[in-house]
Amino acid sequence: MHEFLEAFRFIAHNGAIAGAPGLPTLTHLALETLRVAAIGLAISVVIAVPLGVWLGHIHRGSFAAINLGNIGRALPSLAVLAIGDAILGLGLTVVELALVVLAVPPIVTNAYLGVDGVDRDLVDAARGMGMSGFEIIRRVELPLAVGPLFAGIRTAAVFVVSTTTIASLAGFSGSLGDVIANETSYHFSGVLGAAICVAALALAVEGVLTLVQRVLTPRGLRLAEHERSGPLDPEAAIA
Amino acid sequence: MAQAAELELRGVSKRYAGQREPAIHGLSFTVPAGDVCVLVGPSGSGKTTALRLINRMIPTTSGDILLGGRSVLEREPKELRREIGYVIQQIGLFPHQTVGENIATVPRLLGWHKDRIHARVTELLELIDLDPAEMRERYPAQLSGGQRQRVGVARALAADPPLMLMDEPFGAIDPINRGRLQDEFLRLQAKVKKTVVFVTHDIDEAIKMGDRIAILREGGVLAQYDTPREILTHPADDFVAQFVGADRGLKRLALTTLAEVRLIEPDTMTREPSANGALRLPRETSVRDALSLMLTADGEPASVLDDEGNVEGLLTLALIEQMLSDEAAEAPHAGAGAGSSTVIEQTAEGGR
Amino acid sequence: MAAAAGSIVASVVAAGEPVIPNYGAQSSSCVVHNHLFCTDWVSHNWGPVLWPALRGHILLALVAVGIGFVISLALALAAYRYGCLERPTTVITTILYTIPSLALFELLVAPVGPNVYSAEIALVSYTLLILFRNILTGLRGVPAEVLEAAEGMGMSRRQALVRVELPLALPAIVAGLRIAVVTIIALATIVYTIYNAGLGVPIHTALGEGPFKTELIAAGGLAILLALTADALLVLVQRLLTPWTRARAT
Ligand SMILES: Nc1ncnc2c1ncn2[C@@H]1O[C@H](COP(=O)(O)OP(=O)(O)O)[C@@H](O)[C@H]1O
Ligand SMILES: [Mg+2]
Repeated sequence: MHEFLEAFRFIAHNGAIAGAPGLPTLTHLALETLRVAAIGLAISVVIAVPLGVWLGHIHRGSFAAINLGNIGRALPSLAVLAIGDAILGLGLTVVELALVVLAVPPIVTNAYLGVDGVDRDLVDAARGMGMSGFEIIRRVELPLAVGPLFAGIRTAAVFVVSTTTIASLAGFSGSLGDVIANETSYHFSGVLGAAICVAALALAVEGVLTLVQRVLTPRGLRLAEHERSGPLDPEAAIA
Repeated sequence: MAQAAELELRGVSKRYAGQREPAIHGLSFTVPAGDVCVLVGPSGSGKTTALRLINRMIPTTSGDILLGGRSVLEREPKELRREIGYVIQQIGLFPHQTVGENIATVPRLLGWHKDRIHARVTELLELIDLDPAEMRERYPAQLSGGQRQRVGVARALAADPPLMLMDEPFGAIDPINRGRLQDEFLRLQAKVKKTVVFVTHDIDEAIKMGDRIAILREGGVLAQYDTPREILTHPADDFVAQFVGADRGLKRLALTTLAEVRLIEPDTMTREPSANGALRLPRETSVRDALSLMLTADGEPASVLDDEGNVEGLLTLALIEQMLSDEAAEAPHAGAGAGSSTVIEQTAEGGR
Repeated sequence: MAAAAGSIVASVVAAGEPVIPNYGAQSSSCVVHNHLFCTDWVSHNWGPVLWPALRGHILLALVAVGIGFVISLALALAAYRYGCLERPTTVITTILYTIPSLALFELLVAPVGPNVYSAEIALVSYTLLILFRNILTGLRGVPAEVLEAAEGMGMSRRQALVRVELPLALPAIVAGLRIAVVTIIALATIVYTIYNAGLGVPIHTALGEGPFKTELIAAGGLAILLALTADALLVLVQRLLTPWTRARAT
């Protein structure tokens, strides 16, 4: 456990290594990681949520929505980054592209499942009261689908944070992964310290998103819902 | 095992943990071997509880239950249950097993030889009027509601149990098919002659199916245990009277066929069918149906035909009225009571 | 360990001059000019490079999913019986699932060492949440009346579990296995950072050589193809194991 002590010392010194000046601080790298990840997640949410919600609203495209999620999971982050690198050359754009490719599928799938699964009687009742399609989405389907929708966003967030650090393996610099990928400069204690920071960062992101979800979930649903407790079923909507 | 066994409940009580009032309170009755006893009562009166006490799915608080003279409380529960057929409203067929495998469940648990199981499944499928060649390999999802229910009954009969417990077996079936399943079950019961405890909350079903009826009231107290005819003629108290309904006179008439009525001798003149009124009824018709038809025909008397189609006698409204008041005046267990069980079966087969 | 990865960064930073490795007599002009995809390189290097990496990858994934399944099944059966175990198990497996792979591998290196055990422990830990949740949901989805019938006919708890509950939970279990397998195959590309195995190895080599596009695309593509093939195989297995799910009223 000596290594862990050393690792915590490295964290306490904010990533400073004796005899190696000019290295970026851990705080800086953590913030950079968050920035890169947040951009990717934001773009993905902007693309995927409307798409999934719309598909769910019209109850179409279950096959595409579900299989997109499956294929998304099948893509190894490193392979996506590497192929992006091979074709386009690595840079922030390619990293963000990779993040979007990995984050869009789970969000689309879960948004689709969430909205598609809203009780049709409720939607009928809303229509009967004279709500327009958009009002139904905003006032009935979205609030009721918050659970699955956020399950998708949280899964995507895990992918995005993880992939941002993996980008360092492909040669992209500007995240905590840089430390892990560079044992030569940082020694194992630095690598371990950065790993601890990465784990903490990912858990913090998950925690914050859980809180956001709790705030956004209608109070009536909060009691009954076991967030994220449904089965993960790649064929849920097909069957 | 094939022989039906007598079932006796002796002061059986059940109080669920954490419940203040007992669900079953001092329940005592005896079902003779081979009889159908219907447990009837409002929802929550403890019918399901009573059944589950008998096969030890739940522990008894006090009292004793004897099957074939032997206390079930000293039996190993799993072994006991394999010896008691059990049918529930939702049937509970195993969706992942074929009809054949479902029916073979208990024989397999009992370790029967494969050939014997196969033969038994064939026999049971034939008994419930399903073609073994076609139905054996089907899955429950490929059956109609009625077929599923019949397979459920066949599964319960598989190891030829001396006792069958049936908890609202036809409760989820539409009225037309329910009637058909009831008739079918009575025909089946006439062949297999099991001791049956049959739960329902429907008094009409109870009257139709039961050799004897046990009426439970709230709190699991036995209100009356008697033949359907006795219960309709002499309800023990207001609760029973109300439960069997204000139309109990009519229900009683449903238990009697024209064949049992002492009809008015026809004139020799009118023995020719053509010489009589428009209404001509076969002797298997229930008195209730006859009454209904006569009322529709402006109260005209009806001619009752024997099996050859000759007029056997005349039925008038006055005669029916007479029957009702006579029966009500009779002492309990007198008169037609003794033959009531056969009457029920005939009525049932007549199709109500 | 991460030492190897560190050197990539160095070499990538130093990139600029032609960095195509010398593949000796076999080097085609396609390889020399680092075109997008050179089939001749793939056929020459299938035996010495790609196949061993693919085989290692399959092995890593199979072992991880196998062990993960056994653990998850035990956890799910326990939580099925004792409901109070669900919450803590979910919390712990969610935490494990959330920790990024790159970090978890390194965190395991400290106590376990840079070896196959660290790799498998990390991969197994990523299967737990998925499999646990799906198995438990599958078991809980068995209709109450089916259980009552099983009990009423005199099945013991064990008989009901083996003959009724587990078979009926199979669709949910296989659904979980599909997700777990695909996820693990994807994650196993990172194993190379602590242990020299899997398709991450050729990806790493190719990144360090320029990058060498053909090898990147071949190895990355193999990882993706492997995941999709495994998924398709599991669909097939499910069809064979659960014929009743396709039985419909005729
Ligand atoms: N497992 C149980 N625990 C506690 N109370 C129960 C349980 N099962 C039934 N009860 C209670 O016992 C009474 C009788 O229930 P039940 O036997 O199901 O009635 P019925 O089948 O006649 O509708 C009801 O008040 C019911 O709430
Ligand atoms: Mg009941």
